[in-house]
Amino acid sequence: MRTIAIMNRVLKELFRDKRTLALMFLAPILVMLLMSVIFNTNSTTDVNVGTVAVTQKLNQEMGSIKHVNVKTYATKRAAKKALANEKIDAIIKKNGNNYSLTYANTDSTKTAAVKLAFKNGLTATSISQLKSALKKSTTGMVKLQAQLQAMQKQQVAAKAPTNATAAAVAAKQATATKATATNNSTKSTSQTTPKITNHYVYGDKDTGYFAKMLPILMGFFVFFFVFLISGMALLKERTTGTLDRLLATPVKRSAIVFGYMLSYGILAVVQTIVIVLVTVWLLGMEVVGNMVSVVVVNLLLALVALAFGILLSTFANSEFQMMQFIPLVVIPQVFFSGIIPLDSMADWVKDISYIIPLKYSGDAVSDIIMRGTSIFNEGGNLLVLLAFLVVLTVLNVVGLKRYRKV
Amino acid sequence: MTNAIIELDHLAKKFGNETVLKDINMTLKKGEIIGLIGPSGAGKSTVIKVTLGMEVASGGSAKVFDTVMPNRELLGRIGYMAQTDALYDALTGRENLKFYGQMKGISKQAMTEEVDHAAKVVDLTDDLDKRVSGYSGGMMRRLSLAIALLGSPELLILDEPTVGIDPALRRQIWKELGSIRDEGRSILITTHVMDEAELCDRVALLLGGKVMAFDKPASLEAQYQVATIEDVFLKAEGVEQ
Repeated sequence: MRTIAIMNRVLKELFRDKRTLALMFLAPILVMLLMSVIFNTNSTTDVNVGTVAVTQKLNQEMGSIKHVNVKTYATKRAAKKALANEKIDAIIKKNGNNYSLTYANTDSTKTAAVKLAFKNGLTATSISQLKSALKKSTTGMVKLQAQLQAMQKQQVAAKAPTNATAAAVAAKQATATKATATNNSTKSTSQTTPKITNHYVYGDKDTGYFAKMLPILMGFFVFFFVFLISGMALLKERTTGTLDRLLATPVKRSAIVFGYMLSYGILAVVQTIVIVLVTVWLLGMEVVGNMVSVVVVNLLLALVALAFGILLSTFANSEFQMMQFIPLVVIPQVFFSGIIPLDSMADWVKDISYIIPLKYSGDAVSDIIMRGTSIFNEGGNLLVLLAFLVVLTVLNVVGLKRYRKV
Repeated sequence: MTNAIIELDHLAKKFGNETVLKDINMTLKKGEIIGLIGPSGAGKSTVIKVTLGMEVASGGSAKVFDTVMPNRELLGRIGYMAQTDALYDALTGRENLKFYGQMKGISKQAMTEEVDHAAKVVDLTDDLDKRVSGYSGGMMRRLSLAIALLGSPELLILDEPTVGIDPALRRQIWKELGSIRDEGRSILITTHVMDEAELCDRVALLLGGKVMAFDKPASLEAQYQVATIEDVFLKAEGVEQ
């Protein structure tokens, strides 16, 4: 009952602060629009390519390219399984003379890298084919010249050509032309570019780097604003004395924490829905999985952010000191959230990411949005978030003891 | 003393190495107004904090309604007004009253009546639906007092309630406090205004973490051989130094 009353009060306060409200909803939209325009650049990352029935030469050529690892698979099924397990980023399959490429496309930079590697590999292979063809045709020419010389000798020898010899010469000439024709034909086969078809597991050829950032960015905005605003709100309660006064009533400490959680939970749900709708309709993001799952994961993250904000606000004596937590607590989360690929970082740096809540929500939401993973298969990530939430909430309820001893 | 509402017995409080309260002995009986006076930093607010259970006594004991504090449930029977106004700016006066009423556990049925009564006492009825951010300093103080009066608590603990309130209203508030006492409820009040101290049934003079004197205003004046409580205050402070 008291929890609901506190929730109502916090919501009422929030909805009367129009500017803060606008910040929570409009700022993320603005920033994402900007980022979608700006962040469609590429950088180098390591890519793993799976090949099926591709010539050894092409495998070698691609493998020799920097940042590219080639793995060969016997069947397309095995390769597809590896793709689904994120062991490889793309599959290259040869069908007769044609190539079929399948990209995971969850990271457009990787897709671009694979495309480039394949193109280079193919060019290198065809150049070597061209070389051998050229060699063949040169030897053919030498032979032809020899034949022609022989024919000229014969013609000189037979001053009065008979019908029979003329026919023989014609036949010989015909074979010669035929030989040239074969040479030409080998040349032309090596020159015809094989037909390449591209397949994308997620998105299409227009999927940019921004698409990979989006799910994480969404979580970041939820985290950032809920953290900051809830932290500020509790700080204000403390500095204006309302917290002391609240605690001078028989209200339970947990009711205060839960009241805040409910109100900010509602706000986070609305915020997530707005952000998802904007990204889907305005930015044209493709959501493979369930949108409700996306909201659920972000709600969980918002509650973690709330508990985090409330906890840290007890270490701040002013709004300005609360702002000082942004570079310490919020910004590092971005670095380890997966926006910047973690696999290119040193191991000890990677280990830091395990204590970053944003990483878990980012992983889960990325899987749901890009791979269509069910929320029930994200148990690991959700469980970690839940653990964060429980620990922080308990700390908060206990932490309020500072202000009232029961 | 069976009818003691507040009973502070050899109360001591330390914050780290700093001793704020050394030895406080004080009782508040049913239907009594006790004034707590003393210079800034004497520990008046600390006495209130320990009495409310915000802080735990380092030595001795603080009992309210014969129960050792801190005790959460008992807080529903105490009306508390802090030195700071402690109001929610974005809400209206009525919403503030209603919210604190809900926190105190006032039932829905009784709420409207309680809110109206408390507002009437502090003369805020007309401004109840304005946002607190538009209130004057005096209005905020009055709203804060109204919150303490909500639910007709058996014990009122008021930390400097009349700061920033004009003389006419101050007189009205003291009249209300008097009638609360006459109903058999008890009030512990801290003040810097010495003529207010004269209106208390008993005055506790707090100095250096100890209760230097604790008696009726008239008895204190006789004891120190001065005319007013203000002189008692000054003399006691002079003796201490």
